[in-house]
Amino acid sequence: MKTLIPFFAVVILIVLALAGVNMANMQFLFGVAIPYAALATFILGVIYRVVKWGRSPVPFCIPTTCGQQKSLPWIKQDKIENPSSTGWVIVRMALEVLLFRSLFRNIKTELRDGPKLAYGSDKWLWLAGLAFHWSFLIILVRHFRFFSLGVPFPIRMIEGLDSFLQIGVPLFYMTDAVILAAVTYLFIRRMTIPTVKYISLPADYFPLFLILAIAASGVIMRYFAKVDIVSVKQLTMGLVSFSPVIPKGIGSIFYVHLFLISILFAYFPFSKLVHMAGVFMSPTRNMANDSRMVRHINPWNYPVHVHTYEEYENDFRAKMKAAGLPVEKE
Amino acid sequence: MYNAGKILIGLIIFFGLATFPFFYNMGKAIAKPEPKVDTPEIMKLAKQDRKCVESKEFMRAEHMQLLNEWRDSVVRSNTRVYVNAEGKKFDMSLQNTCMRCHSNKKKFCDECHNYMAVKPYCWDCHIAPKEKES
Ligand code: HEC
Ligand code: HEC
Ligand code: HEC
Repeated sequence: MKTLIPFFAVVILIVLALAGVNMANMQFLFGVAIPYAALATFILGVIYRVVKWGRSPVPFCIPTTCGQQKSLPWIKQDKIENPSSTGWVIVRMALEVLLFRSLFRNIKTELRDGPKLAYGSDKWLWLAGLAFHWSFLIILVRHFRFFSLGVPFPIRMIEGLDSFLQIGVPLFYMTDAVILAAVTYLFIRRMTIPTVKYISLPADYFPLFLILAIAASGVIMRYFAKVDIVSVKQLTMGLVSFSPVIPKGIGSIFYVHLFLISILFAYFPFSKLVHMAGVFMSPTRNMANDSRMVRHINPWNYPVHVHTYEEYENDFRAKMKAAGLPVEKE
Repeated sequence: MYNAGKILIGLIIFFGLATFPFFYNMGKAIAKPEPKVDTPEIMKLAKQDRKCVESKEFMRAEHMQLLNEWRDSVVRSNTRVYVNAEGKKFDMSLQNTCMRCHSNKKKFCDECHNYMAVKPYCWDCHIAPKEKES
């Protein structure tokens, strides 16, 4: 059930777009209204989530570290794993965001005969995750071709590198194969590792199916059932210049592709996908481990009235003296 | 909000990236490409014969695929004759067939390709028709 519900949810979305375009002629709804609404939801939703996180206090200094903390001068600090300044926090964050450094440390645990607990290196998740995210980013950047006239040079360069193998016409993009393989791996991994399968929810499968469907529809459109790309660009340019047009004769698979992407964008801020923004807001990553240098004050600390020893002595000095107790001030 | 300054910078960057296509195209004239099919070779044909190798809709979407099939068929199996949906025969050749009719590469092929920012690498080897600079 946990996989079937999200699977059929995606199937229903595809059927919805096909029916809307082929039977009800709702090209304007699927080509203009929904994409605009989805983008607005995406932007406002992400801002809402980030502001909400920003308003939550961080009571303790809680970076998770795994290296030598800054200590005595002759003990070598592990600056990346245990940063004590903003500069090194930025380095650590960059490695985390760009290379998934903490996932690289992923290990697998197995109960062997004995019974003995065994740990082993497990880099496949890291590798597939990295391959997936990077190809997604490259594909996203490549699509800027459809949203600009006089496509800027960096975009053309990325595209040139991606189609560097010059296989077939239209040229084959490497990231197309990589993303399909990586998403498939991530799905199979969820299905075959019992512990992972046990904790997986429909909300874990839905984005996988959705992204798989988006990538597949794009691949089909580029290499197999081709659509009139010049008209597609007329539509997308109409969107970005706020003068929407619906050119005639674009294949309905394009509307499926666009609708699924709109769903992804609108779903993004309210699902686990928002980890794109969340990774920057994680106190365990973005704080410097400087708790020996700077006092971290819990922002929600209730102002406690403190009665110091000095005040105590002032109150009872005469009585203390009379009892022969030592006092600090005469 | 805690750390409001840093979060705000992040949000501004996010907003800028997410809406970049809108800003990038602001104030640009957006003209759709209009490939010209009025070359002398095409005008010579009778009106009802002014047709491409296949239907116009097919050509718009699939011409690269067709060229790829032609290329494979000529280079790999030395089959040089293409029969279209109407049974008409064509010599499978980029330079001698496509470019004989579409001798206005700059006003035709490039018109669309520049719009889409594609640069077919075919012309590294194949010779483009001679055109007057205009
Ligand atoms: C109606 C507009 C249009 C016209 C006219 C046109 N093309 Fe294209 N061409 C395209 C589009 C769109 C693409 C695919 C772009 C993409 O995949 O993003 C393309 C792609 C190609 C490709 C594959 C390039 C690659 O790198 O993938 C070749 C080869 C090609 N065209 C050859 C030609 C030739 C030769 C002519 C002139 C006889 C021509 N085209 C005329 C629109 C056009
Ligand atoms: C017999 C001359 C002739 C030949 C050969 C020919 N074309 Fe065409 N082509 C035309 C004509 C005429 C049109 C306009 C068709 C129409 O408007 O219905 C056209 C239209 C096109 C279009 C669509 C343009 C648009 O405005 O949407 C493309 C793309 C195209 N041709 C590419 C090619 C390619 C690639 C080849 C080689 C495989 C080729 N043509 C060979 C005459 C020719
Ligand atoms: C490395 C150089 C080179 C490049 C790049 C190249 N070709 Fe060719 N092409 C050749 C050669 C050599 C032949 C063989 C000519 C022959 O045997 O008639 C050929 C033959 C062809 C033929 C059939 C014969 C003819 O007269 O046209 C087609 C069609 C063709 N190429 C299309 C393309 C297309 C489309 C591209 C771009 C996607 C392309 N070629 C890129 C070298 C090249």
